[in-house]
Amino acid sequence: MRIEALNEESCIVYLGETIDEAVSARVTRAVAAIREELGELLVDLVPSYTSILVCYDLTRIDRFGIRTRLRRALERGEAAGGAGFEPRTVELPVYYGPEVALDLADICEHAGLSPEEVVRIHSETDYRVYAIGFSPGFAYLGNTDRRIAMSRKSTPRLKVPSGSLGIADTQTAIYPSSTPGGWQVIGRTPLAMVDWSSASLARVQVGDRVRFRPISREEYRELGGRFDEL
Amino acid sequence: MSFEVINPGMLTLIQDRGRHGYQHQGITTGGPMDSHAFHWANQLLGNAAGAAQLEITFGMLELRAEASTTIALTGADLGAELNGEALAPWCTHAVRPGDRLRFQSPRSGLRAYLAVHGGFEVKPVLGSCATVSREQLGGLDGQGAKLRQGDRLPYRALETPLDARVPGWAVPDYQKPLRLGVMLGYQQAHFPRTALMTFFSETYEVTQNIDRMGYRLAGSPVHCDLDGIVSEGIAYGAIQVPKDGNPIVLMRDRQTIGGYPKLGCLSTLGAGALAQRGPGCRVSFYPMDVGEAEAERLLFNRSLGL
Repeated sequence: MRIEALNEESCIVYLGETIDEAVSARVTRAVAAIREELGELLVDLVPSYTSILVCYDLTRIDRFGIRTRLRRALERGEAAGGAGFEPRTVELPVYYGPEVALDLADICEHAGLSPEEVVRIHSETDYRVYAIGFSPGFAYLGNTDRRIAMSRKSTPRLKVPSGSLGIADTQTAIYPSSTPGGWQVIGRTPLAMVDWSSASLARVQVGDRVRFRPISREEYRELGGRFDEL
Repeated sequence: MSFEVINPGMLTLIQDRGRHGYQHQGITTGGPMDSHAFHWANQLLGNAAGAAQLEITFGMLELRAEASTTIALTGADLGAELNGEALAPWCTHAVRPGDRLRFQSPRSGLRAYLAVHGGFEVKPVLGSCATVSREQLGGLDGQGAKLRQGDRLPYRALETPLDARVPGWAVPDYQKPLRLGVMLGYQQAHFPRTALMTFFSETYEVTQNIDRMGYRLAGSPVHCDLDGIVSEGIAYGAIQVPKDGNPIVLMRDRQTIGGYPKLGCLSTLGAGALAQRGPGCRVSFYPMDVGEAEAERLLFNRSLGL
């Protein structure tokens, strides 16, 4: 564990080097411990795969104080071993049909598998939310099964419809809003990923577990799914 | 009562302190590109520290006042006029009903701040009215729109004019060559020593590619040993270096996480000073200690009662 100063009001905590479940679990536990221990000293916390950016209120604490308090929080968090933190499992309905799975044919060809097999593999995997960023609520999930992993498109789409699920190598992401993007689109969820009026805003948080439930075209429509934005 | 927008200019945005506390959801902060000018404008009027203002980039804005008030102008000199009479920046000006306030183009600096007594009354979204167009958050409509013709900027009328000006020592000279302190950090160990020596001894030019997300600089390239990194949180003022070796300073509307190597950070006040420089301006860097940036910032906070 390393705490490094960045500027007069932020520092970064590194909890590992590689993208893996164990490091991500440490990040999740550390975020909970830091929030609890530092509370109002914090302006922003930005967890990612292996690190946590900590932006603090310089009118309340300085560069020495924050280091001491962070170290204490992290030690307590590790000692507690994540007690009191229960990762949630979020189930998301996904329609994998041809109207919305824009790149499913390419993935099948790349993987040498049928659409049914690709969908089965994608929806049987248990995912973890490693990071949120790029755009509001854009969630990076891992790990996509290697059998269906495929690199990003060489030319990104100018517009990926909101709700789209994309694959890039061993990651899966959900596009909460329509943005440009190069991920291989495999399906779409009818649910809004970000709700500006709710307190938690986004449907998933870093550290959550996500499972995709394949749904029919009818159910996709019933849940408010759309076929536009192409 | 409000100002009516006759001409919105190139880019005029409602900004307050920024939308803090949501970066873990991928939501950027927004907020004033130049904190120094922003805070002084509110200070001149006795406003609350984060009261909403207009950030006027490049000028051309034209407003008509409906009620008496006092405004404060800080930051860039964009050739402001009140009913055709030149207005000096870094002080307050009384405004009467029917007055026309017009900005021309930059004489010095790039972004002016216009504060009104009591602040503009704009409904916040997620605790802030800072306009971030890319995320469709904040601003007058709450959906990230920049100022448009016909918009009305609400404020509370004030009959007794205020009179205040920023002390001379706090008025920056934007024409001066800019030297900025850099706190080495992040992936600095992966930049060869010669690359860092280049970075600290050469002069860089501000390119055309500057916006509220980032400032792209050009000059002697600074190459890193790493092509990419595991994506991590990006602090305000971080200096990221893509493959081509040209540094990019990440500003208020930056993405929250990113995978390019970074060599360190500017201070908040340093990044604000850079935000007043346009294409063609020259910038050089020197190594700065975090303690130095902290002291500088605390002095600034103290002089403004923040």
